Amino acid sequence: MTEGRVTYKTSDEVDFVIVGSGAAGGVLAKELSTNGFRVVVLEQGPYLREADFVHDEVKIFEQHLLTNHPAQQPNTFRKSPTGVAKVKPVVLYGNCVGGSSVHFTANYWRLHEIDFKEHSKTGDIPGANCADWPISYADLEPYYTKVEWEVGVSGLAGASPFDPPRSKPYPMPPLPVKGCGVLFERAARKLGYHPFPAPMAILSQPRAGRSACQNCGFCLGFGCEFGAKSSSLASVIPMAEKTGRCEIRPNSYVHRIQTDKNGRVTGALYFDSKRVTHLQRAKAVILAANGGETPRLLLLSSNSQFPQGLANSSGYVGKNLMPNGNAIACGVFDEPLNDYKGFAVSRVMHDFYEMDPKLGLYGGGGLDARYDWTPVAAALNGLPPGTPKWGPEFKQALCQNFSRTFEIFCHGTSLPVEDNSFSLDPDVKDAWGLPALRMTFRDHPNDLKMMNWMKDRALEILDAAGAKTKWANPVVEQEFVVHLLGTCRMGNDPKRSVINADHRTHDVKNLFLCDGSSMVTSGRGQPTMTIMALAYRAADRITDLAKRGEIST
Amino acid sequence: MRLRGVTHPWIYLDDHCKQYVDCLNHRGTMNSSQPARREFLHLLSGSVGAAWLTANWPALVSAAEHAHQAAKTPGAILDVLTPEQARELDAITSRIIPTDEVGGAHEAGVVYFIDRALKTFASTKVSEYQQGLVEVRERAAKLFPGVKQFSQASIEQQIKILADLFAESEKQDAAYRFDPGERQSSFVNTLRLHTIMGFLVDPEGGGNRDFVGWKAIGRDPAHVFSPPFGYYDKDYPGWQPAETKRK
Repeated sequence: MTEGRVTYKTSDEVDFVIVGSGAAGGVLAKELSTNGFRVVVLEQGPYLREADFVHDEVKIFEQHLLTNHPAQQPNTFRKSPTGVAKVKPVVLYGNCVGGSSVHFTANYWRLHEIDFKEHSKTGDIPGANCADWPISYADLEPYYTKVEWEVGVSGLAGASPFDPPRSKPYPMPPLPVKGCGVLFERAARKLGYHPFPAPMAILSQPRAGRSACQNCGFCLGFGCEFGAKSSSLASVIPMAEKTGRCEIRPNSYVHRIQTDKNGRVTGALYFDSKRVTHLQRAKAVILAANGGETPRLLLLSSNSQFPQGLANSSGYVGKNLMPNGNAIACGVFDEPLNDYKGFAVSRVMHDFYEMDPKLGLYGGGGLDARYDWTPVAAALNGLPPGTPKWGPEFKQALCQNFSRTFEIFCHGTSLPVEDNSFSLDPDVKDAWGLPALRMTFRDHPNDLKMMNWMKDRALEILDAAGAKTKWANPVVEQEFVVHLLGTCRMGNDPKRSVINADHRTHDVKNLFLCDGSSMVTSGRGQPTMTIMALAYRAADRITDLAKRGEIST
Repeated sequence: MRLRGVTHPWIYLDDHCKQYVDCLNHRGTMNSSQPARREFLHLLSGSVGAAWLTANWPALVSAAEHAHQAAKTPGAILDVLTPEQARELDAITSRIIPTDEVGGAHEAGVVYFIDRALKTFASTKVSEYQQGLVEVRERAAKLFPGVKQFSQASIEQQIKILADLFAESEKQDAAYRFDPGERQSSFVNTLRLHTIMGFLVDPEGGGNRDFVGWKAIGRDPAHVFSPPFGYYDKDYPGWQPAETKRK
């Protein structure tokens, strides 16, 4: 399909094996193959195309067409390290070429300067294990710009007074305003806030052979059949394949990173679709498998030389999980918004990005105006509390509310807590016989307190917007997460981090990690923009190291 | 009309596809696809990239033909359920989403969705359905001696029977979408989930016949939209910077 497509033998020692083809893996594949390296990307899921992206909610949410399947890959959950873990789905991530960038909402805020140095500013927080990043916003700024222009982000530079400095405007205007955007913008301004058009990784104009958004309304959870959503699948992966040096190998489930007697990695062992194991040899390996699967793979790769797991001399592999806090408030209005049309998010505000310490809250958050319920999901979860679950009143509420509702989604800081972690379950196995991913998690009390505070502000905005009915879901301890951040954090101190600022593991010279696990702080939600920017930067750093001969020796 | 087998996503361009198929029919031949292609591009307001459309044109043509064929598919057939089970399920699901001035579960063909589900994604639930229907019948007979079938009870009686069954499964399927949560396994909750799916899923998923469910909730059956979308964005003057400055 794509010209110049290449296939390597597993016995070919390629320059890089990249595990995962999502936001980070896709960008790394494109950059490294463009820079002249031979690359194999091993992707756990299938290679789906635009023509495979259906609007069938049952296939998406019940049959997990694009995401990890809880029956094939069970998870376990416990709230504390002393508890016994129960089998229960805990994570959701993309399981196809393009990873979670295929089904994501595409909210594309940058981190702000404070996110990189918050620990220095605030000091230690009881119960949290905070640290500064070894890089600054300024280091990442050129790569954020690269994401916006190469991957494709729609937005309006300068519209938020809280935005960090930028070197270039957005390449495309914002997407059209939705009803939720108009109501939210008016109400938030009435209250003295500063809403702005949402920066979205969705094309507002045709670009690079891709279509603009057609406003089909099946966005969050779904793949885009128009190529308008800026997944790695729609944007960078075709560029990688076009170089003639990058092979994307789907249905390849990596279960061990092979090392030699010198403690260097030599390749990745994976199951193909028939569960036959292969070893793809490589001069270096980059794990971009997401913040759950990257640490799991390091732990699965333990051996006599690395008894705690690969690259885990710090003991930090899998620790400090930060999923971002979230809260949802909804309002019903008199007239139809028809917000089921289009992409999800229309307006964002960052007035609470840095909370006043006088309120006793650490970190901050963003609020956005959206509607992301597709019809079945809206009927199951989008009605006011207390609505009967069946019968005439249920139907009436559904018929009345579906076109007249919008949500304010509150996103916020998760503080890093060392015990919050991914590890290998000692008992439960997946369908391939590998230890299941176990999550140990309890939100830091600050994060719950802050989400409650944000939720109250969201309800005030809905009031100011004239909602005739409004409600908020109670803020509860999270047991199911989609932002998998911080679990192999970046840092200068090998005792308190897993990778250095070049994304190289402290312990293994030719092993690199780049995905949500690299993040030191959680930002205020919406991490994929930062994951892609980190991948662009990592590719530059890795290219430099390789060209100087510092990886192969 | 049953849309089983229509799996191609270009069906989402349905309104436009229909117009496109009309173009084709009008011309009577697929050879005139070039002018039709231009008309199609025009229909999408130029926001579909020309390069993208060229690359995807063969798939679009085949999907449009497919949609055209699907529209002629005759009525539904039951593969798993017996006629008696189907009659009972039709009656129960019609109490979950009743018919009023707009269509309900019956008109949306929810029973046929369930039949298909029991063959596909819910194939492990066949015995749950069989046992569940027995329990419903027993409950009906217990509450209203002499009533042998749910479907033979009066509507008031049906409501009471169902209320009784739902009251027993207090914990509803609150968690859905990304978090499968701890799904309640009671039959009425399974049935509620499948009724909602069958009422509102995109018709390619085998339910929502003739878009009955979407029409009921006010969801335009099209899959391509242009702003303004609704009442509140109609008169939006365009983005203006806020008057107040950052504090």
